[in-house]
Amino acid sequence: MDIYVSQLFTGLSVGSVLLLIALGLTFTFGQMGVINLAHGEFIMAGAYTAYVLGDSLGAATSLLVALPLAFVLAGAMGVVLERLLIRRLYGRPLDTLLVTWGVSLILQQVARDIFGAPNVNVTKPSWLDGGLSVFGTPLPYTRLFILGLVAASVTAIWLYQTRLPQGRRMRAVVQNRQLAACSGIDTERVDRRTFFIGSGLAGAAGVALTLLGPIGPSLGTNYIVDAFLVVVAGGLGQIRGAVLAAVFLGVLAAVVEFETQASLAKVAVFVAVVALLQWRPQGLVALRSRVLT
Amino acid sequence: MRALLARRSPRLGWFLLAGLVVLVVCPAVLSDFRLSLLAKYLCFAIVAVGIDLAWGYGGMLTLGQGLFFGMGGYAMGMFLKLQEAGPGGLPDFMVYNGLTEVPAFWKPFAHAWFALPAAIILPMALAAGLGVLVFRQRVRGAYFAILTQALAAAFVILLIGQQGFTAGTNGLTNMRTLFGYDLNDPVNQRSLYFVVAVALGGVFLLARQVVASRYGRLLVAVRDGEDRVRFLGYSPTKVKVLAFTVSAGMAGLAGALFVPVVGIMSPALLGIVPSLELVIGVALGGRATLVGAVAGTVLVNYARTGLSENFPSGWLYVQGALFILVVAFAPRGLAALVDLVRRARHGRRPLPEPVNAEPASPLLEPAAS
Repeated sequence: MDIYVSQLFTGLSVGSVLLLIALGLTFTFGQMGVINLAHGEFIMAGAYTAYVLGDSLGAATSLLVALPLAFVLAGAMGVVLERLLIRRLYGRPLDTLLVTWGVSLILQQVARDIFGAPNVNVTKPSWLDGGLSVFGTPLPYTRLFILGLVAASVTAIWLYQTRLPQGRRMRAVVQNRQLAACSGIDTERVDRRTFFIGSGLAGAAGVALTLLGPIGPSLGTNYIVDAFLVVVAGGLGQIRGAVLAAVFLGVLAAVVEFETQASLAKVAVFVAVVALLQWRPQGLVALRSRVLT
Repeated sequence: MRALLARRSPRLGWFLLAGLVVLVVCPAVLSDFRLSLLAKYLCFAIVAVGIDLAWGYGGMLTLGQGLFFGMGGYAMGMFLKLQEAGPGGLPDFMVYNGLTEVPAFWKPFAHAWFALPAAIILPMALAAGLGVLVFRQRVRGAYFAILTQALAAAFVILLIGQQGFTAGTNGLTNMRTLFGYDLNDPVNQRSLYFVVAVALGGVFLLARQVVASRYGRLLVAVRDGEDRVRFLGYSPTKVKVLAFTVSAGMAGLAGALFVPVVGIMSPALLGIVPSLELVIGVALGGRATLVGAVAGTVLVNYARTGLSENFPSGWLYVQGALFILVVAFAPRGLAALVDLVRRARHGRRPLPEPVNAEPASPLLEPAAS
């Protein structure tokens, strides 16, 4: 029993970090049809923000400062990328993918030149030491903190989308860009905001990842593929789909890893996603539309 | 005969000239070391022809060719390791990992008649299976690209994880002989170069025939308007699966040739990053031109070797910049330059319609007008 609780918990916490990363991707993919492979480097930027702050502020407070700062920093990087490059490539998703890959290579090398190639450790604040015990299973505070952070972020995004006029505009653009533009929505501005929020979430995810282990210049590449699988499995631009897919894939990976070997988990996740596409080609939660292509 | 060939293709002369350079001039001019580097690049060029077929002509951006390349490479590597170990013997790394017997799935690879065809057929079978599952559900575009990338990533993690069966991160190394020939002997390395060059020539001609055929036109049509092709009564699924399968077979062949040339096959050659590096050569040379794919790949690899010899970290910046500049601002690659030259030479003679991988973009129009 306690084994399953702990596997479920590990799966949830893995899935929750993936969710934070995948949310940004699913928004930019769903709204602009853009595949941003440099998204992984926003994670890395967030993680290094925490690293730098940890050195100067001390572990106790740096985490709380790093979260908003990483959000803004990564968000700003996203907006710059959107303005400089991605905006010119709308309607060419595959080309965007390759171009942002180039950006990602450069950003990784920049990080390597500044911080060095080896991984670094970020000291955890002491108030996250230890953990709860549920049914005899230890649940570390760090992972609980991450779960809480993700739950708060998802709730905030959901409130933004449903309650605020900016969020309603965002949903309108996701559903039908041309009609939204016809109704007087400044779609470029909405795109910028979406990019800011999506990239910012990746930055926050980067800070969260410093709690789980050492970080390095290629931190982003380790997560970006899994996060994209969450997007593919969840359906485009839908929070609900992303949450379902992230939990499903996270728990699946944790269970397979536990029952067999770590190296089989990725294969299992891939097989599960392809199988899922047989049943729901557009992902778990698909926008209904009569548009072809 | 000559007239017949000339009528069928005015560019065949160029092909023969290129063949002359590759088969006669390069071996005469280059040192053993450089020639075996070139052999390695030509292996990548074989993969590039396949990528061009799938991506340039078929619009299926495959970011997982490393997987198929690796399957071919490991099939060949397993054959070589078992040859070395002799009948009943264990490959060296299995001994280190405490295995006492050759695993069952390794056993057939001891025979050349199984291992060599398997290097091509296994990747094709996997590609066909995945292609049917994915394309049948009309999963395409970026979704497909992500899936191929995820598959390549999973493959690498599996290889690293199953150390006893695959030699893990180190990969298969120390392969010294092929059919009894010493692979370290420069003479044999030179012969291998010719084998690779001829294989590239064969793959190139095959791809040219495919592209020029009725099927090739259908493939381009699927790329530019899949739904329209479906409404005309064709099955885009079959068209796409075939192109993807053929491209996987080419990658497998290249992997099998790569192993004796370089003497190593390891996960580091196969993951996400190497798979994407294979794509940039095609983009640089000009997608949907086969010559461009080959030339671009050889060029990128030369630049890579040259730069990493002198500035180790510089190459990543250059590679990143290449991706950004070529794909965003010169999507037709070097082929566009060639067109410019040809246009200048032929005056105002109309050129054949240029092919763009992703039409419907205002950016591409200036190049097309």
